[in-house]
This record gives sequence, C-alpha cells and structure tokens, in this order.
Amino acid sequence: MLNKNAFRDPVTSKKLLAAIANITTQHWTLMEVCGGQTHSIIKYGIDSLLPEKIRLIHGPGCPVCVTPLAYIDKALAIAAQPQVIFCSFGDMLRVPGSQLDLLSLKARGADIRIIYSPMDALKIAQNNPEREVVFFAVGFETTAPTTALVALQAKILNLKNFSLLACHVCVPPIMRALLESPHNQVQGFLAAGHVCAVMGYQEYLPIAAAYRVPIVVTGFEPVDILQGIYQCVQQLETGRTEVENAYSRVVREHGNPAAQQAMQQVFITVNRSWRGLGEIAQSGLSLAPEFADWNAELKFKIATIDSPEPAACRSGEVLQGLIKPPQCAEFGTTCTPEHPFGATMVSSEGACAAYYRYRKS
Amino acid sequence: MELICPLPLQYAQIVMAHGGGGRLMQQLLSQVVQPIFSNEYLNQQHDSAIFSVGEQKLAFTSDSYVIKPLFFNGGDIGKLAVCGTVNDLAMSGAKPLFLSCSLIIEEGLPIETLQSILQSMQKTASEAGVFIVTGDTKVVDKGKGDGLYINTAGVGVLADGVNVNPKRIEVGDAVLVSGDLARHGVAVMLQREGLDFDSEIASDCALLSPLVQDLIHAGIDIHCLRDLTRGGLASCLIELASHAKVQIEINETDLPIQEAVRSACEILGFDPLYIANEGCFALFLPPEQVEIALAVLQRHAAGAQACQIGRVKNAHEHGLLSLNTAMGVTRRLDLLSGEQLPRIC
Repeated sequence: MLNKNAFRDPVTSKKLLAAIANITTQHWTLMEVCGGQTHSIIKYGIDSLLPEKIRLIHGPGCPVCVTPLAYIDKALAIAAQPQVIFCSFGDMLRVPGSQLDLLSLKARGADIRIIYSPMDALKIAQNNPEREVVFFAVGFETTAPTTALVALQAKILNLKNFSLLACHVCVPPIMRALLESPHNQVQGFLAAGHVCAVMGYQEYLPIAAAYRVPIVVTGFEPVDILQGIYQCVQQLETGRTEVENAYSRVVREHGNPAAQQAMQQVFITVNRSWRGLGEIAQSGLSLAPEFADWNAELKFKIATIDSPEPAACRSGEVLQGLIKPPQCAEFGTTCTPEHPFGATMVSSEGACAAYYRYRKS
Repeated sequence: MELICPLPLQYAQIVMAHGGGGRLMQQLLSQVVQPIFSNEYLNQQHDSAIFSVGEQKLAFTSDSYVIKPLFFNGGDIGKLAVCGTVNDLAMSGAKPLFLSCSLIIEEGLPIETLQSILQSMQKTASEAGVFIVTGDTKVVDKGKGDGLYINTAGVGVLADGVNVNPKRIEVGDAVLVSGDLARHGVAVMLQREGLDFDSEIASDCALLSPLVQDLIHAGIDIHCLRDLTRGGLASCLIELASHAKVQIEINETDLPIQEAVRSACEILGFDPLYIANEGCFALFLPPEQVEIALAVLQRHAAGAQACQIGRVKNAHEHGLLSLNTAMGVTRRLDLLSGEQLPRIC
C-alpha cells in the first residue's frame, strides 16, 4: 500500500511551492473542479501559501451542492410516504429543500436511513419485501458506476420493491459550460482525479484543444494538488494547452472500462438542471427505459415536481467561481451550517462550508 | 433584500444533531434546558456539579448510555456506563465512590445478554473502586428501544485543595492529552455499520480516575480536565476556550492518532478531531510540570500515548481554538453544526 503521508509531506510541499513560485511570471486563474480538492486546499491552507499571482477558484464538483432543488423535493415527497424506506448518503440529509430537509422529515417519523454503499439499499429491499425501498442516487461519474451495478443487480434479482431516484451528473459538460460563459475567468483546470479514475482523461482532449485551456488530472492530498498546480502553471507559462496526468498512481488514460460499461448499460444522457447553474445540455445521467421498473420518479409519479431556486442564495456564482464564499453578504452571518441558504454551505465538499469551517480567525 | 428562500430552517422538533455534541446541542442546552433549571450549581457547566455538605466537597454527575451495538470491540454498554460516569467525576478532580444504575430494557432482550452486561458493569466498578448502590428497572415495548439503555449517576468526594475548573485555565498553560484520539467513535461506527476494515480498531473505553488520582498525588497543579467524549477533542477544547476566554493553540503534528483510525476517517469523510473518545482526557497544567505529568500518565495503560499537543496562547474575548497545520498554516477550529455525516465520494 502507498504511504499516504508521503503526499502530505511538508518538505515536499514546500519544495513544490518554491518551484511554483519560481516559474510564475504572470497572473493565472486556475479552477479545481472537485469539491474534495477545494476542501483540501482550504483545510491545508494551500491557497494562502501560493504566490499571489496564482488565484484558485473553486469549481462545481460537489455532488450535494449541484443536485437541483427539484430533486431534493422529489426525495422528500417519496420519503414522506409511509410504505417507503428511503436510503441516502449521509451528507444529502441536511440539504434544504423548498420546505424542509430530509433530517427534519426523519425527525417527523419518516424511515430515512443513511447508507454507505448502494448495495446496502439493495439488501434492505431484500430484507423488507413488504416495504418500498428507494435509493437516492446522486453524484458524478465517481458514484454513478455503483448505482449502475445496483440497478443491474436489481434487474437480475427482479427485485420489485426497490427503485432509484437517480440524479447523476457528468463533469465534461459543466467544464464546457463554464468555459463558454461570458463571465469565464478560468485559464487552467485541475481535473477531478477520482472522476478520471473511472472515466480516464480522453474526453478532456477535445476540451483542452477547443478552448485552448490546460487540463491537469489532479489528486487530493496537498502534494498532489501542488503538483497539479505546478504542471498547470508550467503549461500556461510556456503557452501549452494539453491534458496531463498528475495523478498517475490512481488514474489511467482509459479509466475503468468495467465501470464505464455498467454505466452505459444502465444510463442515458439527458439535459439536467444544476443547482444555482441552470440547465446544462447532456450533462445528466438518467435511468435508461429498460430500467423503467426501477425508476422511482415513474413509480411514485413525481416526475413533474419542479421547484424554482431561491433568489437570495448566490451559490450559483460560487459554483462557477465568480465569487468566493466570503464575498456573499449572507456568508457566515445569516447563512451558516446551522441555517444554510444553499447546499454549498451544507455539504462537506461545499465551498461555503469549507470556508466557514476552516476560516482563519 | 427580501429573502424568497424559505430557509433558514428553525427546527421545531428534536433532530439527531441536537444530541451530536455540536452547535445545535449547545443551543438546545443554552436556550431550552438551562434557562428552565438555572441555578448556581448547574451554571458552573462542569462535567459534574460541585457542592458542599458540611465540611465535605462533593461531586455529582449523571449520564445516559445509548449505543448500538451493545457489545463492541474494546467494551460494551455496561463497561461504558461505569467508565463514563466515573470519568465525569474524575474530571472534576473527585475520587468516585458510589454509582446508581437505571436500566431501560426493551422487551425481548435475552436475560443472558443482560447478565453479561451487568457483570461487565460490576467488574469495571470493582476496578474503579466504586459501589453500585441503587437503581431502577423499566421495560418498554419491543421496538421502543435498542435492546437496553442505561443511566448511571455518580457521587465522589473532593480532597482539600483540589480545584479543577475551566476558570483556572491560564495563559501559558500546557495542554496534554492522555491518549490517542478518535478510537471509540470509529470502532463503534465500523461495527455498527458492518464496515469491514483490515485492521482491528478497538474502543479506548477505560477508567480515567486512577490517572487523575495519581496526578493529584504527584502534586500536579491540575488547572482543568475534560474527557474528550461526544464531539471529540476539538469540540471540548472549543468549549473550554470559550469558558476561559482564551486562545488555545494545538499542533497537528503532535496529535496522537492511530494510522488505522486516520484511514477509516478519511474513507468515511470524518474529521478525527470531532470523534468521541471514552478513555482519553485533555489536561491543562503549568508548563513546568509537563514532564512529571507525562511520566505519571504513561505508567498507566490508558495513558501510554499521553503527550503534549499545544498550549494556551493568549487571552481572547470569545475564546478560540486554533490548529497549526503540518503545512505551516494556522486555522481556526469551530464547532460542527451537528453530527458528522458520511460523505458521498
């Protein structure tokens, strides 16, 4: 097993910081795509150690944050039904819907269970044949394969009391959308390492070429992140716009073909609304028609629930990197983890929560 | 600006986070519980209430134990119910003497299971030198409890001159911990959720009164003690910093955390600094006594990993806990909102 501490080594980190400072001659704005990276950057204070000319802006890669309000409301509508056992990853429970969150619904008596793997939801369905078991399947390409495997397994078992509220999203379309925005400030991307572990990085080649932007596949430990920043700055300083892999201990060029195959069997690509960002074409994964029997939206007839986003929350701007959390007037005053306006303040990967939790004074 | 957003949510009902040791629990206590019961003893906000009967200073505390599973790696609910209350008394510097034991039993619990838990309680009580002298038994309908809940209350005596109190925390104090962090919470969670990890993580559940009594006998001028139970090291130190109106500074590289515990936390997305311990306390004392205190603590199995983790840096109006990271950055540690929830990916 690799020694993880090697990737947190302060000495190596300081060498990389010096190397970055050494090659930086101009102002550059980089975006780390994944919320896990944002969390590491703020937790370890990497942003404050970089040369002033390097600005990091935080990307939309937090699955909890970008799940649209309508899906939280759909989850609440399903979970409120007495015959339902509603299974979710833990950090979705505190995300506010239009009226309440899943934690409050649980307190009112709904059977809502935190699970660690979608397979656990399948087991709960097998053990409770008289109940309807629903799994709230959210996340990027990192979690989509396990949802796909569960759907395939449910079909093989012909498990009729199990269904999926699936709201998966994909990274490349949102990167394109950010680059096409008239407000775009991103000059280089640190691509999300774990998404690439599943998908590989070939799909980023056309993005780097079309938008002339360097993309460096990057991990999550301080040394990984600094290495990603170093390679990205090096490309910018030398005028290159390539896709590079700075996380080769985990990521292969073609990713994980078995996981991709399962995803292809189970999902179709659809347009999807992102919380705070609006609809982005071909950015979502929904269950394919062959899996209609396991589609909770059809089973519970809630496909038409549509909830408008609240206006006060500026999480959309945060998720696009247009503002940093402290620039929002509500941040840390009226909007806190106890009273979140938006999901970016709730999720462990949300930029607002990371800034709030790791604020320096 | 008019907020169209229907939030913030004001919880009209109790949610699980109200018991999680974070900010919501603090709000529940300070806004709902304390205003109703308010009195000079409660308002000390110590692990135990301290009062005098005649010439004798007494410490009195109570705690309820709800844990799933009832038996876990490193202990069981019975051992926990004795250790927890004995430790609360020890944290006020008291020598624990007597405990009560109230059982709330769910219909259907095997008698054999109950016996085994009670035997574990008695064994731990003997080790602690305390007697379980009174109690109560109630049975609730099947489905209304997790097999067994236990409440124990405890009484102890304070020796003359012992004054262990958050108010005595001083600028310059050294901050020690008596053992490695986060083992209890992680051990119980892994077992409860049936998560298979290669390495065995055992709860640190242990009696702390022998350690504290030895510190007192060794002449250590203990300013403050706090067992790092619910909410873990960070929540406890934040609370103390706020009581004492000081800035406490701890060093990331000095924090003792087992590698297996650290890995499990990373996989689940938990911060070990906020995870419960059941056999570990923080100790504030004059810096010149650190060496002696460590030698005393390290003589005990429960204190083998004792070390200094930081110091009280300066006075601070609202109280502040800061962490010097391995990367050389200093950041604030804040109370979590409620419970830590496992992350998605």
